[in-house]
Amino acid sequence: MIAVVEHELSVNDVVQWVETETNGGAGAVVTFLGIVRNNSQGHKIQYLEYSAYKPMAEREMQRIADEVRERWNFPCTIVHRVGRLEIGEASVVIAVASPHRGAAFEACHYAIDRVKQTVPVWKKEVAVDGFWWVDDPMAGPLQESSQQLDVAL
Amino acid sequence: MNHSNASQVEPLKQIEMPVLLFASLKDAAGSDQIMVRLSYPSATPMTVQDFLAQCGQQYPAIAAWLPHVRVAVNCTYADAQQTLTPGDEIALLPPVSGGTL
Repeated sequence: MIAVVEHELSVNDVVQWVETETNGGAGAVVTFLGIVRNNSQGHKIQYLEYSAYKPMAEREMQRIADEVRERWNFPCTIVHRVGRLEIGEASVVIAVASPHRGAAFEACHYAIDRVKQTVPVWKKEVAVDGFWWVDDPMAGPLQESSQQLDVAL
Repeated sequence: MNHSNASQVEPLKQIEMPVLLFASLKDAAGSDQIMVRLSYPSATPMTVQDFLAQCGQQYPAIAAWLPHVRVAVNCTYADAQQTLTPGDEIALLPPVSGGTL
């Protein structure tokens, strides 16, 4: 189960999926949930906008799940959400099932680190004092947001 | 004057390729897609590196980003020496920031 979606993520769905894949052989399922934080580098965040190069993002996520399968022989599922996300909402969910817990934590950690490195998904932080793309190499001074102008007026 | 050398110069091939843009790059260009005109000797394949050079000349608004972007060809990361074929799907990818740490 690999997908880029525009709706709310379900932890239950991914857990069920990896558990089923093991045909009852799972003794542990480890999940990772990335959620939207209300602050970033001293700015109060209002919401985030995620965008993706969808076909390539799904391909890269499949590649990561395949790497987990090759390295640990565990099923791994990754679902990423795009669009506008409010504080506390989940942007990415990963689940790994395995016979024992130790290696499942390790594999899940590996998967989220790889997601951050290679999956073409971008995050725009919208704060009360401006907005910016995270890790934008050309990021200059804060761009004024209309929200801030509204507040100022 | 002997012009035989000139007649041996390879003719230039010219094609126009759509290029997909994302995130900050899309904002800078004001569009999620640009058309890049590529001209190259017909006997020599165009590489990703050549493509980036011509892209920067035609779109000064995004030229400053180009040293920082990764190029994807047909949904796979490409290196500078990879050759391009008409019909390839080219995308310029700013540094990714998916997931949450």
